[in-house]
Amino acid sequence: MNDIRNNKAPIYLDYQATTPTDPRVVDAMLPYFSDKFGNPHSRSHFYGWEAEDAVEKARGQIASLIGADSKEVIFTSGATESNNLAIKGVANFYKDKKNHIITCITEHKCVLDTCRHLEQDGFEVTYLHVGENGLIDLEQLKDAITEQTAIVSIMAVNNEIGVIQPIAEIGAICRERKVFFHTDAAQAAGKIPLDVNEMNIDLMSISGHKLYGPMGIGALYVRRRPRVRLVAMINGGGQERGMRSGTLPTPLCVGLGEACDICEAEMDTETERLRMLSDRFYDATMARLPDVYLNGDRNQRFPGNLNLSYAYVEGEGLMMGIKELAVSSGSACTSASLEPSYVLRALGVEEELAHTSLRIGIGRFTTEEDIDFAVDKIASEVERLRQMSPLWEMAQQGIDLKSIEWAEH
Amino acid sequence: MAYSDKLLDHYENPRNVGTFEKDDDGVGTGLVGAPACGDVMKLQIKVDAEGIIEDAKFKTFGCGSAIASSSLVTEWVKGKSVDEAAEIKNTQIAEELALPPVKIHCSVLAEDAIKAAVSDYKSKNGAGDKDKTEAAE
Repeated sequence: MNDIRNNKAPIYLDYQATTPTDPRVVDAMLPYFSDKFGNPHSRSHFYGWEAEDAVEKARGQIASLIGADSKEVIFTSGATESNNLAIKGVANFYKDKKNHIITCITEHKCVLDTCRHLEQDGFEVTYLHVGENGLIDLEQLKDAITEQTAIVSIMAVNNEIGVIQPIAEIGAICRERKVFFHTDAAQAAGKIPLDVNEMNIDLMSISGHKLYGPMGIGALYVRRRPRVRLVAMINGGGQERGMRSGTLPTPLCVGLGEACDICEAEMDTETERLRMLSDRFYDATMARLPDVYLNGDRNQRFPGNLNLSYAYVEGEGLMMGIKELAVSSGSACTSASLEPSYVLRALGVEEELAHTSLRIGIGRFTTEEDIDFAVDKIASEVERLRQMSPLWEMAQQGIDLKSIEWAEH
Repeated sequence: MAYSDKLLDHYENPRNVGTFEKDDDGVGTGLVGAPACGDVMKLQIKVDAEGIIEDAKFKTFGCGSAIASSSLVTEWVKGKSVDEAAEIKNTQIAEELALPPVKIHCSVLAEDAIKAAVSDYKSKNGAGDKDKTEAAE
């Protein structure tokens, strides 16, 4: 990645948006585009059997990563589809008996939008709030569960701020109250230890391209004992135990399986390395710049995510000055709008600080050199922009910005 | 989003960044926008005895387009009379910097900043009373 320094390509620090497909994953996939091209559902000849074997091996690799049985894993197009299928599928299957769903206001848009649609269909949805650290309150969850609650959906790792929700505790509560527990683990699977049995998880969404696998593939874990039933969204040949019809894309399935296998094998050392890089970034930034704030809990977080507010410098303006780095201001999904991030607002981060945030995503191919370069680049630009920031000037003069009557526009 | 070379030049090499003593009689200060909206511009003009803007300075909290818009107008207002400066339209700024549609509000803010600075200058110097003073002489 040395070319980056020569201005050829920016340093990639946006691993929450997507991850590059690991070259080992690509190698595993390639034969299934050409030589081993069979339809895994063809039962009558060698090509089909070969592809089916590959798909089932991959299913086993995914199951192994999360402590599941391979029969409990179905392939989807990605975490958005998995989240839709889990929540709509369960809600619609059990709708004659139960009509209530619990989720959280900092969930990914695809969970929130799914819930909004279900509300239009007559379901009731409770949106749990989060504390300043981005974590839900377990007592609030307990209070929210009723006889009518069919499913609780809480993400494992937040895509914007990287905080890890207390998944095992949520699972225990849901199991005790006999409510299904779904977790969107798009940002968590392969990154933090997850065990569906130890954590009492009934459904789990996984995304291929967030764990160094290919785009366009994901998985949904659906528990068999006690059995979770869902209404399929895609009907057809009845593949994937009738929950998701359509011919499986063998190369993508193989890629997702291989990606899970690598994550499982390397998780301990990789977590250690990411923590070292993350601390290096954070400590160096804090030592150099005043008025920088970490969004989300300092400890209860995935180390590959640092969401920082550089007070008095607007995030979009800052990004224009750090073209050598590929980072995100707020979530990429919402940064097309100029509104500050709804996740940061949910934490109670004030709007002016929400406008100054950058999400630094650190991952498998990030080096110490990348970190040092990024810290220095961002800090230099923040220093430059603060010199032309009227807010910084006022703060240095001891003027309380809240004492000014701003003309909101 | 592709930005124009002129916009990038103003962002990377902003003109006239700084601050005048806002209590000086010849200085007009405009502070517009709000931190919660992600844009704050402070534009100051220094006006000579003839009513001509001899110097201008700005500080801006905002995106690259907001910084470039305010940098540009500090160049434009110099040498103009305060009334001429107040005539600058946001469309001229947007055109000069080729602002994309989502950034038009930055040029609006820059226009507001000039008007606010001119109005501050006039209120400090009793411009509204100028004719009366002359008549009395």
